[in-house]
Amino acid sequence: MTVDSPTRRGRAPIAARLVLLGPGLAYLAGFLLIPLALVLSYTVFRRGRFGGVVYEATAENFTRLFDPLYLDVVLGSVRIAVITTLLALLLGYPTAYLIARLPQPWKTIALVAIVLPFWTNFLVRVYAWIVLLSGPGLVNSTLLDLGLIDEPLELLYNQGTIVTGLLYSYLPLMVLPLYAAIERLDPQLREASANLGARPMRTFVSVTLPLTMPGVLTGCLFVFVPSFGNFIIPELLGGGRSIMVGNLIRDQFLKARDWPFGATLALALLAVLLVLLFAQAWTARRYGRA
Amino acid sequence: MSRARYHRRLPAALMATGLALAVAACGGEAADGGQAATATAAQLDPNADLAKQKLTISIWEDYSPEDLPQKVKAKLGTEMTRTLHATNEEIMAKLTAGADSGLDVAFVSGQYAQALNGAGLLEPIHPELIPNLANLYPEAKQLSYDKGNKYSVPYTWGTTGICYRSDLVKKPPTSWNDLLDPPAEAKKKVTMMTTERWLALPALKSLGYSVNTVNDEEIGKARELLLKAKQNLLAYDDTTFGKKLTDGQAVMVEAWDGWCPTAEKNIKFVVPKEGSDLWVDTMVILKSSKNKEAAHALINYILDPEIHGWAAANILYNVPNKAAMDQVDPKLKSSTPALQMTPADLLQGESLRDLGEDSTKYTRLATEVAAQQ
Repeated sequence: MTVDSPTRRGRAPIAARLVLLGPGLAYLAGFLLIPLALVLSYTVFRRGRFGGVVYEATAENFTRLFDPLYLDVVLGSVRIAVITTLLALLLGYPTAYLIARLPQPWKTIALVAIVLPFWTNFLVRVYAWIVLLSGPGLVNSTLLDLGLIDEPLELLYNQGTIVTGLLYSYLPLMVLPLYAAIERLDPQLREASANLGARPMRTFVSVTLPLTMPGVLTGCLFVFVPSFGNFIIPELLGGGRSIMVGNLIRDQFLKARDWPFGATLALALLAVLLVLLFAQAWTARRYGRA
Repeated sequence: MSRARYHRRLPAALMATGLALAVAACGGEAADGGQAATATAAQLDPNADLAKQKLTISIWEDYSPEDLPQKVKAKLGTEMTRTLHATNEEIMAKLTAGADSGLDVAFVSGQYAQALNGAGLLEPIHPELIPNLANLYPEAKQLSYDKGNKYSVPYTWGTTGICYRSDLVKKPPTSWNDLLDPPAEAKKKVTMMTTERWLALPALKSLGYSVNTVNDEEIGKARELLLKAKQNLLAYDDTTFGKKLTDGQAVMVEAWDGWCPTAEKNIKFVVPKEGSDLWVDTMVILKSSKNKEAAHALINYILDPEIHGWAAANILYNVPNKAAMDQVDPKLKSSTPALQMTPADLLQGESLRDLGEDSTKYTRLATEVAAQQ
């Protein structure tokens, strides 16, 4: 029997660490940081007439950010993303709670069912909603056949449809972290709370919810971030009738040929998301310590 | 039905923002169009050995015969690689990103060819190397984005109009106003395009303005009209309007001629009385190409009625080539109203031109219309 040396038990030697981390770091540096730095550098230059960038310094891109036209789009996106996130939390929490308390094998089956939609192409799933909700679609034709309505309802191409599509797409990203948090919760804590005379509601508010808060925050972040920047769903399910900040950025690069402003919008989006990430990490740590 | 139009104008819905960022990141060099085009023609050797040259072209999917590379190899002896682009914007990003794009010949719409030439990226066409230019209709040599085909050769052309369900509207539409202010049976069953210039087109034409206007007051009036029209719109759609029409979601849509599914029963196409645009897809040779003789030989070969006729019969777009149009199957012509348009009909439409710096006005217009609830 040999006793592990401190280096083996603690940290690997520098050379080994470099070998292990090197490829990953090089990949990140090459394909994430450098392109990101390039995009960020574009924000201070002028647009080329036919696309590309003219290297003349300007602050114009940043002042344009505060143009009411673009602020409206950003605020509209925040609104849609917040509504989606809250609905996802309302639907996701009970779901995750139930799954966490299911006996095996039902628990595994339920989890697989939650993840299952991810095995199908995202666009196909979004198009499926069009088939369901369109004027002559499945929902309307069923309601018409049942005699519940006389005229097809306008279910597609509005902001409600955008929220529906986002909610459907990202709900699993809410359920999974919530499930992980609820599953980890020691059932004895709830029993102790009940023994001390707390009603179920009180136990939920004072024990379960605070202890699963890191999961709640992670789930909210996971739903908010992709909803906020999404541009496919507003285009397909929203019928292009409203635009979100993702569409705006995409259009700057691919339609308006205004890379510097597109980069500036992307930077603004990144800044908002970074603030949210830090807020989430900070709160999660606070709850973790409690 | 032609899938080509779908691919070429696909508003990149399938692309992730990440890709957009990557595109931005890969570009670098300034492509300042402010500089005048220094169109100095290269010295070309009409007797160059084409077998020693290699061609790389970029074109829309399904926009050329499947076996074109083999045919080119057999006919000219030149190896040819075909790459694909989905939209004009995508190929523009590639060509203006600085350095050598590695492309010899690119297919772009007329106003983009004009922009590329403005940026000094195109080799002037050497007409003596393309005897088949004689096959083009005389009208196709006087298009306003490039009079005299100095730097581009037209490949297909067409116009924009209203595609509609004759069984679901009481009166066939005749005016852009029928689309902008639809009759009761068509309310909320109309789609318009969202790509900037085509978004503005119905309003500009309805007001009697040019599709190339850069006058702020005119664009402002068009905006009012477009915002009003939005109230009665089902959706903005550049890609699937044909499908919306066939399944009855829409009864009237703004459409490109070749992409209105007129082969279906009850679906008709009309160019509104106020007029419309004339779009042209062209072939251009890049200044950076090292295989310019082969590039000219390729364009000459494409203008051959056999190849050019393929385009008309398979993409169902008109081609500006009399010899090629003459050999299209009359049966196909009679069942495809778009192919019955004569060059004179098409020239009723106004050529879309590149607007340079002023194109931002249309970007803003499109954003304003889309952002309004």
